[in-house]
Order: sequence, then C-alpha cells, then structure tokens
Amino acid sequence: MAALRRVLWIGVALLGAAAIGVIALRRGEPINALWLVVAALCIYAIGLRFYSTFIAAKVLALDDTRATPAERLENGRDFVRTNKWVVFGHHFAAIAGPGPLLGPVLAAQFGYLPGTIWVLVGAVLGGCVQDFVILAFSVRRDGKSLCQMAKEEIGKVGGFVSFVAVLSIIIILLSVAALIVVNALKNSPWGTFTIAMTIPIALLMGIYLRTLRPGKVLETSAIGFVLVMFAIIGGQFVSHHAGLAKVFTLTAPQLAVAIIIYGFAASAVPVWLLLAPRDYLSTFVKLGTIIVLTLGILALRPTLQMPALTRFIDGTGPIFAGKLFPFAFITIACGAISGFHSLISSGTTPKLIARESHIRMIGYGGMAAESFVAIMAMIAACTLAPGAYFAVNSPAGIVGALPADATAMITSWNFPITAADMAHLAQSVGEGTLFNRTGGAPAFALGMAQIFSRALGGERFTAIWYHFAIMFEALFILTVLDAGTRVARFMLQDGLGHWWPMLGRTSSYPSILITSGLTVAAWGAFLWQGVRDPLGGINSLWPLFGIANQLLAIVALCVATTIIIKSARARFSWVTLAPLAWLLAVTFAASWHKVFNPNPRIGFLAHASALASGAVPAKATEISRLVFNDRLDAVVTAMLVILVTLILAESGMEWWRVLSGRKHAVTHESPYVQAEAVGVSG
Amino acid sequence: MRHLRTFATLFIATVKEIFDESAYARFLARECREHSAAAYADFIQEKHSAPIRRCC
Repeated sequence: MAALRRVLWIGVALLGAAAIGVIALRRGEPINALWLVVAALCIYAIGLRFYSTFIAAKVLALDDTRATPAERLENGRDFVRTNKWVVFGHHFAAIAGPGPLLGPVLAAQFGYLPGTIWVLVGAVLGGCVQDFVILAFSVRRDGKSLCQMAKEEIGKVGGFVSFVAVLSIIIILLSVAALIVVNALKNSPWGTFTIAMTIPIALLMGIYLRTLRPGKVLETSAIGFVLVMFAIIGGQFVSHHAGLAKVFTLTAPQLAVAIIIYGFAASAVPVWLLLAPRDYLSTFVKLGTIIVLTLGILALRPTLQMPALTRFIDGTGPIFAGKLFPFAFITIACGAISGFHSLISSGTTPKLIARESHIRMIGYGGMAAESFVAIMAMIAACTLAPGAYFAVNSPAGIVGALPADATAMITSWNFPITAADMAHLAQSVGEGTLFNRTGGAPAFALGMAQIFSRALGGERFTAIWYHFAIMFEALFILTVLDAGTRVARFMLQDGLGHWWPMLGRTSSYPSILITSGLTVAAWGAFLWQGVRDPLGGINSLWPLFGIANQLLAIVALCVATTIIIKSARARFSWVTLAPLAWLLAVTFAASWHKVFNPNPRIGFLAHASALASGAVPAKATEISRLVFNDRLDAVVTAMLVILVTLILAESGMEWWRVLSGRKHAVTHESPYVQAEAVGVSG
Repeated sequence: MRHLRTFATLFIATVKEIFDESAYARFLARECREHSAAAYADFIQEKHSAPIRRCC
C-alpha cells in the first residue's frame, strides 16, 4: 500500500512538472487552460501533502491530545467545536474576496506566465504558510487577534504598528474596491440599475428575515438571488428605455458620490437591515459562481489567447507602469499571499477548531483553495483576445479617449484590434462602450461571460452573463465595503476611546456617526482622487493597496517567526523567514519605486513635479489638487514602510535577545490541557 | 451511497454554518428559548456586536 502511494505521488509530481513545463516553455502558440489547472492542482496537492505536514509536525508540533479553545472555552457562541470541513467552508467564505479575481486580471498585462507562477509558488511557500501558522498560533492563544499577539510576543511597538497597519490597509482597500465598482459601472445604465436594485433587495431580505421568516437565512438568500436575477433582466429593459437609461447613466464622479453616501448609510443603519442580508446574499452568489466558473473552465477547456510574456515586462504597461519585479508581485496579493488573511486566521476561525490537526487543512488548504480561484481568474482574463483585453483595461490617458486612437495604439503593440471589433464586443454584452474600463472587473466579466455563454445559452445570453458577472463582482465588492467600513469604525472607536471615552462606546449613536463619517471620509478621499486621476486611478491606488496588504503580511510573518524562535524551534524559522525576506524585497522595492522613481507614471513625487512643471498635461484648476494627491500617496507609502521597519527592528531585537541567551524566551501560549477523548470528527 | 450521504450531510452543515443557521440553533439551545422573531432579533443583536470580517 505504501509503495502504491509512493508511486501515486511520484505520478502527481511528474504530471505537475510536465504541466509547468508546458506553461513555462511554450512560446508563440496558444496553450489550453487545462495545463494551468493541472499544474495548480498538482502543486497544491504536493504542498498540502508534504510541506504542510512537515510544518505541522516539526514547526508547530500540532498535538491532538491538547484541548483547543473551542473545547476548553466552549460557550455555544464564539467558541464552538465544529467539524473540520464545516470550518474549512466557513473560513474559505471569509477569505475569498474580490482580490484573487482582480489581481491576476491586472497582472495579465505581463502575460499569463509571471502571474501564474507567482500565484502557485507564492501560495504554496508563502500565503498558505502564513495562514496556517497564524491560525495555529492563535488557536494556541485562545483565539487572540494578530494585534494582540504582536503586542504580547514582540512588544508594544509591534502592537501599535499592527493596529495602524491594519487600519491603513482597510482604508486603502476600501477606496480601491469602490474605485473598481465605479470603473465597472460608469456610463453603464444596465450595470448601475442592477447594482442599485441590490440595495432595496437587501432591505427586503432584512425585513423578511426579521419579521416574516426569522432565522431562515438560506431561504431568504435564495429569494434574494432570484430577485437579483430579475434585476439583471430588468437592467436590459432599463438600458433600452430612453428615459430610464438616462437616469441610470452616471459618470464616474457621480457614482463615487453615490458610493460614498451609500458607505456612510450602510455603516450607520442597523446591521440586520442592510449589512447582514447583503453579506448573506453576496456569499450565496459568490460561492455558487466560483463553483460554476470552475466547472465551466473544466468542461470547456478554453484556449489562452494571451501570450506567456508580453512586451510590458519592461515596465511600460498601459494598465499600471512598472517592471515585472517588483510590480507583478504586489499586483497579485490575494491569491498568492495576503496579509489580510492573518486577520481572519486570528479572528473567528481559531475559535471553531475542534482538534489541532484540523488546522493544517483549514489554514493551508483554505488558502490553496483561494489561490485556485486566482488561477481561474487568470484563465478568464487570458481567454480574451489580447487586443480586447488591453482596450478594456487601458486608461484614456495612455491610449487616447477616441476608439480609433485607442485601437491604433493597441494594434501598434502587436495586439491587433479595431474600433469595429470593440463596438461589436460592447454590443454583444449590451454596453455602449467597453473602452477605458480600468480595474479588472469588466475584463474578468467579459472572460467569464464568454465561458458561461459557451456552456449555457449560447451567444444570445452573453449580455446577461456579462451583467451577471458585473453584478457578482460589484455585489461582493460592496459587501467588503460595508463590512470593512464597519470594521474600521470599530477600530477607530477602540483607538479614539482612549482619548475620549464617549467615542469608545460602540453602541452610542453620536459615536457611530462621527467614526463612520471619519472612516468614509478617509476612503472617500482616496476614491475621489482615483476617480479624478487622468490615468484611471488604478495605476496609483492598486499598487498602494498591494504594498499595504503585503506589508501586513510582513507584520504577520514577524509575529510568527518570533513565536517560532521563542518556542526553541529557531532551526525551522526559515519556513516563515523565507517568505518574509521575499516580501521585504518586493514591498520595499515597490515602495521605493512608487515614491522616488523618476518616471512620472511610476513615482508619485516625479508625477507631482511633472504636473507642476507642465510636463504632464492637466487642467490648470486641477494641478494643485493632483500634486497634493501625489504627495499624499507618497507620504502614505513612506509611513507604512516606516511603521513596518519599526516592527521589523523590534522583532529582530527580540530574536537576537532570545537567540543570544540575553533574554529568557517566554511565549504567551495557553497552558496544556488534555483533550477529551470524544471529538468532532473531520 | 454512504459516502454520498456523508458528503450531503457535511455540505448542508457547512452551508448552515456559513449562513448562521447553526449559530442561531446554538443560540436557542444556549438561552433555552423557543424560536421566535424576538429570539432571532436578540441573536442578530448578539452576533453583530462585533464586526464581520470579510477579506479582500
């Protein structure tokens, strides 16, 4: 049996190697998307079977005889022993957001190869490891949060830096999320109507759930889903109705104002009325769509149109400027390694784990599943004709505002496309135009619509599927916006409450209004900046988001390394030190470029200087505001790097003190308690 | 057939956990209350006293 298993794993390794070989070495001819799927599944299987088992045994010493907090502190509320696969599903639903869908689409400007390799290697050696070890350490500390662990294991600076880093990343994330929705919905009456309708649908669901059928969440979500499908079909009618189409045709600034007002309202109204039903609806649509997309790709096995590498690895990309290193690695954060996951791994999940051995599948396996979603997104983007991909994603400031100019420019890059092709494509999905829709969401929706329509309904359903995909993305991006604004508001209340106790009362309505206003103003300012940016906003805000997200991963890996060293397992600290070193190289290099690079398309300060000197064209009335925005972005980037440098220095000092014997290592692990013999199976 | 039944049971349990139906059942058991609109309102109040975390 053992020999058979060995042969099986050798077979998996050989198959994975062959698939990677095809992906990496084929040039000049299209490859089938199935190669990416096979490579990904083999690599995840090997990582999960061997690397995660090694970490579980040697680095974490997971022990099923040790009672988990879900067993010791079981209260039927936060701490509940739960089946392994149930926690896996719960954890996956919390970590899978828009990031793994959009990052790979944007990074596809380099070709499919760099992003795919980073997603696979980054996940198996970085992201999965981070999620796994943070989850394990949180379980061993009664489900403590990352900030609490940083404060206890590293020091006060670590705790403070984690707090500021978490708050900053949430603000930047929310602004980018809102910008993606704006860019997907601008001048699209169909999309805007559908998304607008999700608000009354969520309100109806909230009232239905509260008064008519309390507790019947699945039933309510299914009704909400049916209503959303009607809204999509209704959107087609709206787009063809002269009067209604005019009402729902909004410019980017108009949409930004609407989203800012919505964000404030969602944070201030009772949770049961809007946020909770929206979250349920979004999860329902998200899980269903991801499953159907995966099955669609497996059934259709589409061919990738995008080359393995494009000319834009030299840093001249139209979607975002900057060379392959470091920009490909900050463009894809979620899907490879995302610091944000450490907040989930030290949030609800550790309080549900029944046995320590379950942590491996939930932490490591959950991230591998999210990474697979990123591979699906890469496939969806790369099945588009490259000319169409660049026409959709390139900002007017780079390719020109007129269709003829844009297509001529893109064709000159050897990605042939005509204005007539783009007009036909836009018509096929029920849109007036698809040019200059930066942000990744429309390109992903196009790819997904093509896959779905080939599998279900044919070409006449392409428009419905496109708007289904836009609704799917916008719905859960807006859910991230609701939930994120509320998380940031709670953090702000917690922080400001130390100075003014009234603000610390989470149920006080004046406190809710003030802190919600401050949170929305913070992300709203960045959103406004992105909306008014002639380069589309994504060029500056997405890298800022990637840098912030991965700087948070550095904080998480510092905490994990500190605990490993303090636990007398320093010889295995390379497990977290290796991804930490890589992320340091990537984020610090990217931050340096974003602040100081002399190319105005890359460096914030160079762009500000070019605006001030007139080298970059802008309206005279807007120059001072644009210059201020650039300088603000530079200051925010520098501030994040300085904060992370502080936590790195404090961690390094702690490692040195422990390793040199100057300090007796004390971890804040909960005392060992024998687990009960009866357990929750999994 | 047994495997299929186990899979279906697990799938339903996962979906009920994700959509808080299991959490509501635990709430009722813990508080020794009958299912009602008021009980569900109290459950929602308790559930959302802390923010929901959704990743990017």
